[in-house]
Amino acid sequence: MATKKYPVIWLQGAGCTGCSVSVLNAVSPKIQNLLLDEMVPGHQLNLLFHATIMAGQGEPVIEVLKDTEKSRKGGYILVVEGAIPTAESGAYGSIGEKDGKHYTILKSVEELGSNSLLTLAIGTCATFGGIPAAKPNPTGCKGVKEVFTENGISTPVVNLPGCPLHPDWFVGTISVILFSGAQALDLDNLARPKLFYGQMIHENCPRRADFDKGKFAQELGDTGCLYKLGCKGHYTNADCPIRQWNNGISWCVKAGSPCLACVEPEFPDGTSPMYEKIAFQELT
Amino acid sequence: MITKVKIDPITRIEGHLAIEAVIDDGVVKEAKSAGTLFRGFEIILQGRDPRDANRLTQRICGVCPTAHATASALCLDDAFGLTDKIPDNPKLIRALVFGSNFLQSHILHFYHLAALDYVDAVGAVGDTAPFVPRYEGDYRITGEANAELVNHYVMALDIRRKCQEMLAIFGGKMPHNVGIVPGGVTEKPTEDKITNFLWRLNEVRDFVDNTYIPDVLTVAKTYDDYFAIGVGCRRLLAYGGFDLPAGQLFKTGVISPDLQLEPFAKENITEDVKHSWYADAVSGKNPAQGQTEPQLKKKEAYSFLKSPRYEGQVCEVGPLARMVSNYVQGDAITKELVDSVLGEFSAGVDALYSVLGRHAARAVEAKLVANAMVDWLLALKPDEPAITESEIPEKSEGAGLAEAPRGAVGHWITIKDKKIERYQVITPTAWNASPKDDKDQPGAVEQAIIGTKVKDKDNPFELVRIVRAFDPCLACSVHLLDAKGSELGVFRVV
Repeated sequence: MATKKYPVIWLQGAGCTGCSVSVLNAVSPKIQNLLLDEMVPGHQLNLLFHATIMAGQGEPVIEVLKDTEKSRKGGYILVVEGAIPTAESGAYGSIGEKDGKHYTILKSVEELGSNSLLTLAIGTCATFGGIPAAKPNPTGCKGVKEVFTENGISTPVVNLPGCPLHPDWFVGTISVILFSGAQALDLDNLARPKLFYGQMIHENCPRRADFDKGKFAQELGDTGCLYKLGCKGHYTNADCPIRQWNNGISWCVKAGSPCLACVEPEFPDGTSPMYEKIAFQELT
Repeated sequence: MITKVKIDPITRIEGHLAIEAVIDDGVVKEAKSAGTLFRGFEIILQGRDPRDANRLTQRICGVCPTAHATASALCLDDAFGLTDKIPDNPKLIRALVFGSNFLQSHILHFYHLAALDYVDAVGAVGDTAPFVPRYEGDYRITGEANAELVNHYVMALDIRRKCQEMLAIFGGKMPHNVGIVPGGVTEKPTEDKITNFLWRLNEVRDFVDNTYIPDVLTVAKTYDDYFAIGVGCRRLLAYGGFDLPAGQLFKTGVISPDLQLEPFAKENITEDVKHSWYADAVSGKNPAQGQTEPQLKKKEAYSFLKSPRYEGQVCEVGPLARMVSNYVQGDAITKELVDSVLGEFSAGVDALYSVLGRHAARAVEAKLVANAMVDWLLALKPDEPAITESEIPEKSEGAGLAEAPRGAVGHWITIKDKKIERYQVITPTAWNASPKDDKDQPGAVEQAIIGTKVKDKDNPFELVRIVRAFDPCLACSVHLLDAKGSELGVFRVV
């Protein structure tokens, strides 16, 4: 059986490359399997454009974008990492030079997004705006879905927030797409796959017993529930306590740090100050 | 014949960078290095809880967030009056977290960002994305040697991942660790973690000693003309870093072009904006006094980066600067490591000022850091504290200077009413990839490009090899503003 190849264009907007680095930390499959092998039998990704990884540079790689948009219209996956600066017609960020002009992040996401089969917004910047969009949002940063809506782009968007996102959330979402098709993704009302964002940190937290007993840490470094030190696990939807990070080594609360709610649309303005407690949210 | 070569985007770096070179008769006469993204981090930091700067500034760069975690923690320690009260344990744990990031960053840089300019991936794995398109015509390593380097490219993906896993033992997660905080770190070390860390570190050390350094030497022997390409400004700056109870691993200093050590004081740092997309109103001021405003339509501007200068001079920062600074100041371990590499080529210290010299300095530095980490790890005391209590002052100022994988990094804070009034960052790549300054002196990368012979303007290998040898990190660099007032009002420059 011939291998089915899925062309992927990965654009980096106003971000820090941390989500790319996080995906490099994927364990099973590893990044080399994602790049070079059939990720699931008969299906393989074909990463045509990723500014941090690809060999080429300059005009030839911009040609790759032009060519993909035309010749594979409706047949490629667009991954967007980083927010979209929209102020001053997008002048605060460009991904290269196209036809003698700055190819703004805004324009590239609009053009490549409207012609893609599906767009994955990865990390909190690309999904909800994240830190670049925090007050006073000097560059008018927005998430992909908002930009699509404003420009009448109807391509489906899957949101995979996190600062950064966990590599398994990316790999797992791609797995669903390759095995069962994008329509099989069960999304919440923020377009996040419930498979990864369907449980609250607080429900699965190893310090939950401390919370229930009223045993609270008073200073960083103390044992006990971190709620009084600003932990936002009580309204944050992610599977970090179960999955853990970096090949299962640790995660924020295990390391003694409050959850920052980095997967939520309110991050960072609505979740700050980060070390101050906020009113307890009823479990939903 | 005069031609203009523009490479936009420069890939296999962190962030958004463009390079433009004017080539006359095969030689670069003029060069422009341009940062093409602006986020406004310091504007966003204003008015927030000072402790949050430690979490938020890490998100400046996902490749070396611990550089900002460290610099911001030192800055907040200073502002909170804690600098002399930090116990040894957190000093060591911070260094171990940061050191892990150094190793992942240097290995990632050589294999995954730089190597594809020298190694023929297509020859080993075929004509497939992301290895095509690419420049053609100057891949000199062939056959088994080439196949082995491509194998190491893949092996290095595992090793750099393991560096992140090692980091997470004390840092909680990576990218964006949660362990380093003002006053110390969030967790006490335990014996099981120390042992776990040690054996991961041993595996990374083995790779550095027996694969990374030999591979850099293989590339250097095949491309030895690159010991004479990309000399640069020759003035080096190291803030100094890894200040630990046992001593300072990276020594502080300014090194003149004739290898003389000069003293460093942070008050002598200024930033120019004549060629940056910010208004000229005030340029060339020390971080504490500068003011400006963004101006997108500006005739002479070509970059979102500003131009940091030391006593008005262009400086290069990074592994080359640190290794030469240590060497000139007589650090015995550095001298032995550097001399052993230079000995392979019967070369002197002068050879370090080059494309290959920068790669060699980075590899040697990885070994220096990895070996030092063993000492730091074994100095941890499981029963002793990991953090000291702190309180946010009503009003204060602070500075935190450190050495990131890419070079000198500095954070500055002013606190008023327990909130951030001003927060400023100068990053390594602002030093290296800056545009021309007010005196029209080109930046360090620009100077390294000017005068270079370009054999094939359609495949200008020389230019991208020079730029990548600096390991630019643009996300780090293009945010050097601090707002006063609302929206796009009046700004203060770092």
